[in-house]
Amino acid sequence: MNDVSASSLATAATATVEQAGVGDNQSATKVTAENVSVFYGEKQALFDVTIDIPECSVTSFIGPSGCGKSTFLRCVNRMNDTIDGCRVTGLISLDKRDIYDTELDVVELRARVGMVFQKPNPFPKSIFENVAYGPRIHGLASSKAELEEIVVTSLRKASLFEEVKDRLLEPGTGLSGGQQQRLCIARAIAVSPEVILMDEPCSALDPIATAKIEELIDELRANYTIIIVTHSMQQAARVSQRTAFFHLGNLVETGATDEIFTNPKDKRTLDYITGRFG
Amino acid sequence: MSDHIVTSFDEDLKELAQRISEIGGLAERAVDRSVRALVSVDAAVARKVIEDDDRIDELQREIEEKAILTIARRQPMAQDLREIMAAIHVANDLERVGDLAKNIAKRVIAIGGQFQPQQFVHGVEHLAELALEQLKNVLDSYVGRDLDQALAVWRRDNEIDVLYTSLFRELLTYMMEDPRNISFCTHLLFCAKNIERIGDHATNIAEIVHYLITGIALTDERPKQDTSSLTSVEYKDA
Repeated sequence: MNDVSASSLATAATATVEQAGVGDNQSATKVTAENVSVFYGEKQALFDVTIDIPECSVTSFIGPSGCGKSTFLRCVNRMNDTIDGCRVTGLISLDKRDIYDTELDVVELRARVGMVFQKPNPFPKSIFENVAYGPRIHGLASSKAELEEIVVTSLRKASLFEEVKDRLLEPGTGLSGGQQQRLCIARAIAVSPEVILMDEPCSALDPIATAKIEELIDELRANYTIIIVTHSMQQAARVSQRTAFFHLGNLVETGATDEIFTNPKDKRTLDYITGRFG
Repeated sequence: MSDHIVTSFDEDLKELAQRISEIGGLAERAVDRSVRALVSVDAAVARKVIEDDDRIDELQREIEEKAILTIARRQPMAQDLREIMAAIHVANDLERVGDLAKNIAKRVIAIGGQFQPQQFVHGVEHLAELALEQLKNVLDSYVGRDLDQALAVWRRDNEIDVLYTSLFRELLTYMMEDPRNISFCTHLLFCAKNIERIGDHATNIAEIVHYLITGIALTDERPKQDTSSLTSVEYKDA
């Protein structure tokens, strides 16, 4: 008789968890955080966060407002440097290089780690200039033709080119919200980043524009490491391969997205994703 | 488990659970009555089982609709999603149990007035007792979210299988002894097969309960003891 003991069931459970952990092991680690804490003045906003972000995949950060997910996101390209009284401890490395190293050029770091914000924020310039600006100041193009090439390629990658090709010299602010957000993604892509941080990129968009951004994220992950902060659990479930749940400044649980949304291990994660506390 | 922030979501889930209880009760009653109708060859009771099956079918459709609506409206995650999927599957299994009981009832009507040695029915009656107990226990395990009880049901199905195989031999033997038994025994054999399948549905539900509670599918091969498909009884000339 093939008896199922409690212990063999427990083993099966562990096996599933381990499998989920190595589910996307084909990609190497791009960003590593070790014991990262963030303080705003005296107030600690983030507590000892340790996480590996795999390369060429989408990692989503979820959690209630004020849980620290955006704070952590902004550590990855040192956006927190711009906030007075903000202090970051612990180690964050990009390709094994400490990004808080005093010798490191922050401008270069932010070219490698691009960012897209909640509200589309195109420059008050033409569509073309919005995308050309980054490559120009970083000296990525040696000729006008090359710059044009970069702009067109970036707009194509952001799935926007077909919609704007006849009006590249019109102001970027004249586009629809969804188009503006894709313009901002094109602008981020134009400087050939390796990592793209997205802070609630769809929260100001309608469902169709959201679907287009999600489709775009799915395409971009072939070449970029993407971290997305989102309040939409369904969006996290749809677009990401791994999910991290933050609560009260702590990283509660990280795992394969399929696992987090079907069978999370931590009760706080379960309560949050099933809408039991906010 | 604590309540949802949106209380109407809790109500949706509660309503599903209530309908599962209802369909479970009806399925149990159908099996019980169909077997009693068989034992006492009572066509009136049998007809009642057939009539009542409509309500089981209707409930199954209602549960499915309610579940689909809840998924569309709430976009449930994790345990909530398993809860809803479990309701759909359990209702499905119970609807099949209802059909099997109905089939037994139809046979009761068909065999009315035939030559019926009552001692032949004892084995089937005993088999039905076992299956009913399994059904009752597994529904209790569903309501009480009792993993151990579900696993106990899951492991115990082989008892029904073993009994069914021996009943199969017994009925074949009666048929060989006297060809007048063939019609009645064949019907009994189908009834026994129906009951054995009801046991299978009980173990299906046990697997669903396991998944519902743990989030892990029971993949181990269940002990199978129904060897009737490989069983034959040799005819000996007297």
